[in-house]
Amino acid sequence: MSALLKVDGISKRFRGLLAVDRLSFDVPEGGIFAVIGPNGAGKTTLFNMIAGVYVPDNGTISFAGERIDGLSSDRVCQRGIGRTFQIVRPFPALSVEDNVIVGALMRRHDVIEARAHAHEVLRRLDLYDKRSQRASSLTLPDRKRLEVARSLATDPKLLLLDEVMAGLRPTETDRIVSILKELNRDSGLTILLIEHVMRAVMALAGRILVLHHGASIAEGAPADVVRDQAVIDSYLGAEDI
Amino acid sequence: MPFDVYLNVAVGGLLTGLVYGLMALGLSVIFGVVRVVNFAHGEMMTIAMYIAIVLFSALQLDPLVMLVPIAAVLFCFGYALQAGVINPFITRPEHSQFLLLVAIAIIIINVLLIIFGPDAQSVQTSYSYDSFQIGKLIVDATKLYAAAAALAVAIALYAFFQFTAIGTAIRACADNYTGALVVGLDVKHLYALTFGLGSACVGAAGVMLVLIVDVTPSLGPAYTLLAFVIVITGGLGSMPGALLGGVLIGLTEAMAGLIFTPSAKSMFAFAILVLVLLFRPQGIMGKKAA
Amino acid sequence: MFSRLFENVSRRALVLLGALLVGLFAAPLVASDYLLTVLILILYFAYIGQAWNIMMGFAGQLSLGHALYVGLGAYTAAALYVHFGIGPWIGLLVAVPIAGLAGAFIGYLAFRFKVGGVYFAILTIAVAEFARVGFDHLTWTKGSGGLFLPVAQYAQSDLWLLRGKPVMFYYILLVAVVLAFVFCRALLRSRIGYFWLAIREDEEAARSAGIDTFRYKMIAVVISSAMTSFAGVIYAFYYNNLFPEQVFHISRSIEIILGPIVGGVGTLFGPIIGAFLLTGMSESLIAALHALGIDIPGAKQVFYGFCLLLVIAALPDGIWPWLSRRIGLSEREK
Repeated sequence: MSALLKVDGISKRFRGLLAVDRLSFDVPEGGIFAVIGPNGAGKTTLFNMIAGVYVPDNGTISFAGERIDGLSSDRVCQRGIGRTFQIVRPFPALSVEDNVIVGALMRRHDVIEARAHAHEVLRRLDLYDKRSQRASSLTLPDRKRLEVARSLATDPKLLLLDEVMAGLRPTETDRIVSILKELNRDSGLTILLIEHVMRAVMALAGRILVLHHGASIAEGAPADVVRDQAVIDSYLGAEDI
Repeated sequence: MPFDVYLNVAVGGLLTGLVYGLMALGLSVIFGVVRVVNFAHGEMMTIAMYIAIVLFSALQLDPLVMLVPIAAVLFCFGYALQAGVINPFITRPEHSQFLLLVAIAIIIINVLLIIFGPDAQSVQTSYSYDSFQIGKLIVDATKLYAAAAALAVAIALYAFFQFTAIGTAIRACADNYTGALVVGLDVKHLYALTFGLGSACVGAAGVMLVLIVDVTPSLGPAYTLLAFVIVITGGLGSMPGALLGGVLIGLTEAMAGLIFTPSAKSMFAFAILVLVLLFRPQGIMGKKAA
Repeated sequence: MFSRLFENVSRRALVLLGALLVGLFAAPLVASDYLLTVLILILYFAYIGQAWNIMMGFAGQLSLGHALYVGLGAYTAAALYVHFGIGPWIGLLVAVPIAGLAGAFIGYLAFRFKVGGVYFAILTIAVAEFARVGFDHLTWTKGSGGLFLPVAQYAQSDLWLLRGKPVMFYYILLVAVVLAFVFCRALLRSRIGYFWLAIREDEEAARSAGIDTFRYKMIAVVISSAMTSFAGVIYAFYYNNLFPEQVFHISRSIEIILGPIVGGVGTLFGPIIGAFLLTGMSESLIAALHALGIDIPGAKQVFYGFCLLLVIAALPDGIWPWLSRRIGLSEREK
């Protein structure tokens, strides 16, 4: 499999603090790739660099063979990278349907066509029945799925998921896991996720990267990574796998 | 024009600017803590101005002597306004707060109009025409007294925020609203206190300005605008910034009035504002938002 | 686009809308001269409110300086008429681009340099104030002395030169309000409309959904300012005199936005309801105080201020969202 996303030696420094330190990895096309690591390891900074919120100080990011570092976040999305936010940000006063239509309109100029596409996406994410509710009235699990729906509606080739499982109950987690697996299997969607919930990571990821103090300390298949001594010491430690 | 004319005008503008700075300081403190833009700021100042005029014409009380009592009255007004009317609006969107304060401004202007009529009034003290001469420099006594008082009030306010327990609590509120609630601070009371303090500042500035300008009920909006210009120039939420912005704008207006025409002076103040907004949006002394 | 105009409009809404329109078109037949001037004022504010709402209600950019665009429109058309005898409709063709450029200038500066929120609002005030003082000193438009249009007694209304009786202005403004309403509704249901709402709700999230926020905010400012300038042209030819001190004053800008806020920001009926309510309230206060024999300058405004206070305290989202639920039009109006 060829690499859809290629991160090559990127760093980011905030007021002397090195948040991401010469990090390199490849996300294969059609794969599910997870980045794990303790709080403050630089995961969200990494995400924001890929999504075009921050510009890396050094290194390059390539997507489908083209450089995307330095592009603004709307351009990154137009290239085919969808994202969710760690703290969910649906458009609160809009209905669920309208939230997703906004995403669908990126590649569609006709509102009716966009609405049809939005309905399709909403069905996939079990939100169709709630389509006329205001986004602000949804529960947290629903809002998380709404964010996934909004970015899916932009027809991304790569989906960046920033802790979509955080704060969910195990049944809700399993629900999202199965939805994401389906998407990956049916449409070949590549997924890059940051996740704390190991239950979800183990169930989903084909490959895991462990981030610690902004640098990679391990990368490989899930079963290998969780047995890695450095990973256990720095991160998994007492946590129940 | 000889150089000393420029110098005299510049010093005059600088002194007036300090009073402007105190007025803007009130706006800055309120915004910095309560996060509400007081669109009735200039109107509140006219209340203080009319109190000073009434006390002077009825009881011959010198405005500078009455500075503290009048500021105290404005403090109570501000406290009551925040606690009673504005508080429910602090979580509402900006345009909603804006409408509320515009309504308050309309009421203040027109109540003053009903009571005092539309004609300009002023205060003529025994020292109205006094001046000090230092070499070729001639300084109006009233402007000097007013500027000194403005500086004193600003320093007192700064000391209050830095060295008292309540001041520290208010700063905590401004930094972290939720945190302040969690540790059990009475945020509503602290907000009202802050609004009161901001009102006291603008009240004190009004008392001093009575010595310098003629007062009409419709003076408010122009000073509200002036306070915005100063606060944004200096840096919204920065106390030294407000004073510095006041001095800068006071100086600019005075020089523009001299070199061009007095009626065009506010154009220059607005031009400075636009430049600051574009090139240093956090203001001269403001901290860059993270 | 036209075929979709009535999509999702309930029968009930159509009937109510039809009745309102018929009533407004018939009003001059029964209205007294005084009532007609009040109605003209209402339509004038309804139109500008609709234009302002595109920027604030749709795209979330708070402008407190819309008097700038009214003033530019008014002065452009009036000066062309006074100096060169160019009629207002041709003048409009000049006024619209000028106001649009002014909007684009403010928008470009603000959005490129990331001036947002309260700061953006104050920038709009600053530019309007700058224009006010500038026009005070602009001799071509007679400075602070005021620009006057020649006036005569008109036996007949000249629609081309906009010289005539108030009833002509009434119908022009009524048509403008209807067109603005239809235009805004179409905008809101279009791709641009969705993008605006997304920007209003959360700009960063909008950008991550692929929206070029700079571009769409610029479009909102330019459409809003260009639309507003038309009201300025009408203002100039209706009142026949222009003073910078009046036209560009901050209180004009505030007047413009009270209606849509009271009526309901971001709604299509809000600006219209707000204009009716506020202008109506203002005029009835005058009548009431007159009837009570109270003749104190300022008394009316004090009551007006308290009424504003009550409305905004009781209905934070404005009147229309509340009213539409009451009259059973609860489905989204867009």
